[in-house]
Amino acid sequence: MLNYTFDWSVLWRQPYGEMMLHGIRTTITLSLAGWCLAVLVGVIVAGLRGSRNRWLRALGLAYVLVFRNIPFLVQLFFWYFAAPLILSTDARTWLYDNVPDYGYWCGVFGLGVYTASRVAEQFRSGLRSIPADQYRAAYSTGLRPNQVYRYVILPYAFRIIIPSFTTEFLTCFKNSALTMTIGVMEITHTAYYIDSFTWHGLETTTAASFCYLLIAQIIALIMWRVESRTHIAGMITRGH
Amino acid sequence: MDLNVIIDNMAYLFGGLALTFQIAALAIGFGLCWGILLGMGRLSKNRLIYYPSSAYVHFFRGIPLILVIFWIYFLLPLIIGDSLGEFVAVVVSFTLYEASYFAEIIRSGIQSVPAGQVNAGLATGLRPHQLAFHVILPQALRNMVPSLVNHAVVIFQDTSLAYVIGLREFLRRVNLVDAREARSVELYLFAGLVYFIICSLGTLASHKLERRPRTCGSNL
Repeated sequence: MLNYTFDWSVLWRQPYGEMMLHGIRTTITLSLAGWCLAVLVGVIVAGLRGSRNRWLRALGLAYVLVFRNIPFLVQLFFWYFAAPLILSTDARTWLYDNVPDYGYWCGVFGLGVYTASRVAEQFRSGLRSIPADQYRAAYSTGLRPNQVYRYVILPYAFRIIIPSFTTEFLTCFKNSALTMTIGVMEITHTAYYIDSFTWHGLETTTAASFCYLLIAQIIALIMWRVESRTHIAGMITRGH
Repeated sequence: MDLNVIIDNMAYLFGGLALTFQIAALAIGFGLCWGILLGMGRLSKNRLIYYPSSAYVHFFRGIPLILVIFWIYFLLPLIIGDSLGEFVAVVVSFTLYEASYFAEIIRSGIQSVPAGQVNAGLATGLRPHQLAFHVILPQALRNMVPSLVNHAVVIFQDTSLAYVIGLREFLRRVNLVDAREARSVELYLFAGLVYFIICSLGTLASHKLERRPRTCGSNL
C-alpha cells in the first residue's frame, strides 16, 4: 500500500461517470436479452431430451454436452470470429452492413445458447422432481392431458424451478462480463478501459464489483418475494 | 477447411495446453486448501469466524471471475510494491475465487452427514476429533467427491479467462495463431474440440464416482 493515491472521483468525473453508467446499462440489457433467448432455447432442448424419439433425445443430449463442456469464452470467439466465415460472402456482407452492433448481438446470442444448455438441465430436473403421484392423481380426477399440465403440473413445476432459475440467471448475469473479449462495452470492460486513460483501474474495478453484488442482491430479493408470494403451504421448497 | 494450420502449429498450441493444465492444477490445489478452511469457517459456531468467511464466500460468488482477475491484477502490485507478472496474478485470483465455490461444496458435504451419525459416534464414546476424522469426514468426503470433480472441470474451463491479461495459455495461443494465419473456423473448432474432450472425460469421471456404491454397508 505504498505510493498510490486513491482517486474515487474517477467514478463520477465526466466522461468516465457517463461511461460507467453506460456500462451498467449494457450489462443489464445484455444479460436480460441473453436470458430470454436462453429460456426459449432451453425449454426446447429440455423438450427434446424428454422426447419419445430416440434421435431427438440424442440431439438434446448432444446440445447439452457440447455447450457445457466447451468454455464459454471459446464459444464466444467461435461465434464472433469463425461463424461469419462459414456464411456465404453475400450473407456476411449483409451481416456487417445491417447489424451495426455486431459484437453486442453476438454476445447476446452466445450467452443465450450457452445458458440454454444450463437452463435445459434445470428445467428437466425440475420436471422430473415432480412425484409421479401428482400425474396419477390429476388423471384420476378426470382431467384431460392438457388440463393436467395447465392446472397441476406447470403451477407445481414453476414453483420448484424458480430458485434454480434465479441462480442460473445470476450466473448468466456474471457471464455477460466475458463479452468484453469481443469488444462489448459492458461494465467490466468499461472498468478496465477507464484504467487505460487514468491509471485508476483499482477504483473502477472495485466499483464494478459492487455493481454486480448490488444488482445480484436486488434480483435475489425480488425472486425471494416472488417465491414467498407464490408459496403453497405444505409444499417443500428451498429452506431460507 | 485446411487442417495444416493446426498440424503446423501443434507444438506451439500444446505448449499452451501445458500451461493451461498448470494453472488449473495450481488453482485446484490452492483453491481446495483455502476452500476447506473457508468451508469449516462457514460451519463454525464462533461468530468472528462465521461472519467473515460467509461474507467472503458471498462476495466472491457474486462477481465475475474476469473482474476478479483484473482487480487482483491492479491490486497486487500495490500490496507488494512490484508487479509479479500475469501468471502469479492469475493463480492468486483463481485461488481466491474458486475457494469460495469449494467452500460451499465442502460445507454442504459435511452437512449431508446425518445428525444421527454424530450422536451415535458420541454415544460410543468417541472424542470430538475422533468423531471428525473417523465418522464425519470419511462420509462427507465420499459425498463431496463428484461435486469436487465437477468443479475441477469448471475450473479447467475457467482457465481460458487467463487470456484477458495476456497469459499465453491454450486459448491465447489459438488466438495468436489465428491472428497470423487467419484460419478462425479451423482453429476455434479445434480449440472447442480439445476442451470438449478433456472436460467430457472429467464429467464422465464425476458421473462414475456418483454411481459408485456409498460407504460399505451404509444406506445413506
